[in-house]
Amino acid sequence: MKKIAFPVALILAFAGLPLLIKSNYLLGILIIIGLYAIIVIGLGILMGYAGQVSFGHAAFFGIGGYTVAVLTTACHWPSIAALIAALILPGLVAAIIGGPTLKLKELYLALATLAFGILVHILFNELKGITGGPSGLTGIPYFTVGGLVFDRDIRFYYLVWSAVLLVSLGVNNLIHSRVGRAMRAVRESEHASESVGIDTAALKLQAFVFSAVLAGLAGGLYAFYVTFISPSPFGFHTSVQFVLMAVVGGLGTFWGPLLGAGLVVALGEALRWATPLVIPGAGGEYQIIFFGAILMLVMIVKPGGLGAVMDLFKKSEEGEAH
Amino acid sequence: MLEIKCLEVCHGWVQALRGLSFQVVRGEMLAVLGLNGAGKSTLLGALAGLYKIKKGDILLDGESLSGKPPHQIVKLGISLVPERREIFNSLTVIDNLLLGAYHRYRYKKNEVIIDVVKIMDLFPALRGKENHPAGTLSGGLQQMLAIGRGLMARPRLLLLDEPSVGLAPLVTREIMTTLAELKKTGVTIILVEQNTAAALKVADRALVMERGGIVMSGKPRDMMENSRVQQACLGRTRAVQPAAAL
Repeated sequence: MKKIAFPVALILAFAGLPLLIKSNYLLGILIIIGLYAIIVIGLGILMGYAGQVSFGHAAFFGIGGYTVAVLTTACHWPSIAALIAALILPGLVAAIIGGPTLKLKELYLALATLAFGILVHILFNELKGITGGPSGLTGIPYFTVGGLVFDRDIRFYYLVWSAVLLVSLGVNNLIHSRVGRAMRAVRESEHASESVGIDTAALKLQAFVFSAVLAGLAGGLYAFYVTFISPSPFGFHTSVQFVLMAVVGGLGTFWGPLLGAGLVVALGEALRWATPLVIPGAGGEYQIIFFGAILMLVMIVKPGGLGAVMDLFKKSEEGEAH
Repeated sequence: MLEIKCLEVCHGWVQALRGLSFQVVRGEMLAVLGLNGAGKSTLLGALAGLYKIKKGDILLDGESLSGKPPHQIVKLGISLVPERREIFNSLTVIDNLLLGAYHRYRYKKNEVIIDVVKIMDLFPALRGKENHPAGTLSGGLQQMLAIGRGLMARPRLLLLDEPSVGLAPLVTREIMTTLAELKKTGVTIILVEQNTAAALKVADRALVMERGGIVMSGKPRDMMENSRVQQACLGRTRAVQPAAAL
């Protein structure tokens, strides 16, 4: 009973939050946190369980976004079909590039995914006929399903956080399954994993594709939310931010992605507001300095990330229960 | 059961195995002896599909293993217990054992659960530690877990790479006793060991390797007093201590 009390309370708190928040700006931040959390959950599987790193996930986020944008504006697909396509296309791209890329190890893999991210970002800018180039695509319709139009922030909030909940539950099941166990084994020792019969190459590819599908889902929802898309949110900087969220949140922890996405987005917004108060006239570069300093502090105090603190609470609760 | 024909394996430019040929019959325990760098672990790695075969072939019941990846070789019935155990430290004892049956777990879950109980019967010292992280176990228990994990694949051929390394003599004796028990169940075993006396005590046959090739093979009792064996396995001429002294 005690085991489910906390998650249920959290779900209820999230469900009730929009009733307390009257500001669309704050609701918007919570929606973005939810979208980023979906990506970081996938990245957490790739980095925290399969032991691989990707600096190219903004590309999959972007592919998902542009898939929805192109299919709904140029091809007039229904929302749900476009969103499904936004899951499939990044997954396919990940399956194609993952084969050769995941053979690389550590630094080389990071560089290969970084190069992929940069390449896709260039394509977003240069394929003007499809993506609209740097100006992007406008006129993306609101997400509509069964007559319900998600045209207000509060509705989109519930849509995004329902997706976060479903993805979290799915991933929680995955990591406690045979495949999740194998992923944790690969993270510990690829050599030993192979000796027990795990097809490590296939498993890493599956984790990569899965994380790309989640990034595509977030990208698709993002396009429906902002109804306008341009290359700027899908650059290298965003990929680094996703990795940062995953690491700060805590790799291989259940709460890590939510906490990481929440902290990084909230911190960025808070510093945008607070920095000019401390240093009048200060620009974005000062925000970055404070941002870096605070994140360094978090990593020094809690190298396992914020999720590790939550898991510690959970363990101590379980200990008391026993 | 197992036939190795003119096997050659290279690590980069270094030739680790030089035209190795031998056979293992079903139910036999073969000890592979030799100094560090003789090629013993490479031989097991090649059998498990971890190293590419440059020349020659490995046949398991007539089926070639050449070019097959490790996960397929495990499915065919060869299970490797790696050197220094290589258990998954952060995973629990149960998770480690279940991973040993990775390819069977999806379709034969109940059978796998029964096998976990059997492993616990074989290594009672692991009882009560099922949910402990494997990394917190003592060296001896970790070795038992590693062997248990290897057995969870229900292998036709079990490959053991230096199971006694880093263990106290008492624990080594316990492990060797268990291996002798295992042999009685009909599992074919290739045991790579530097502890010559302990290996010769339990093995049916032994072969001695030097610089990637076989320099001698025969019955353990013939090898006990053989000075060539001492030279190849210990790097000096000294009689092998009676295994009972372990």
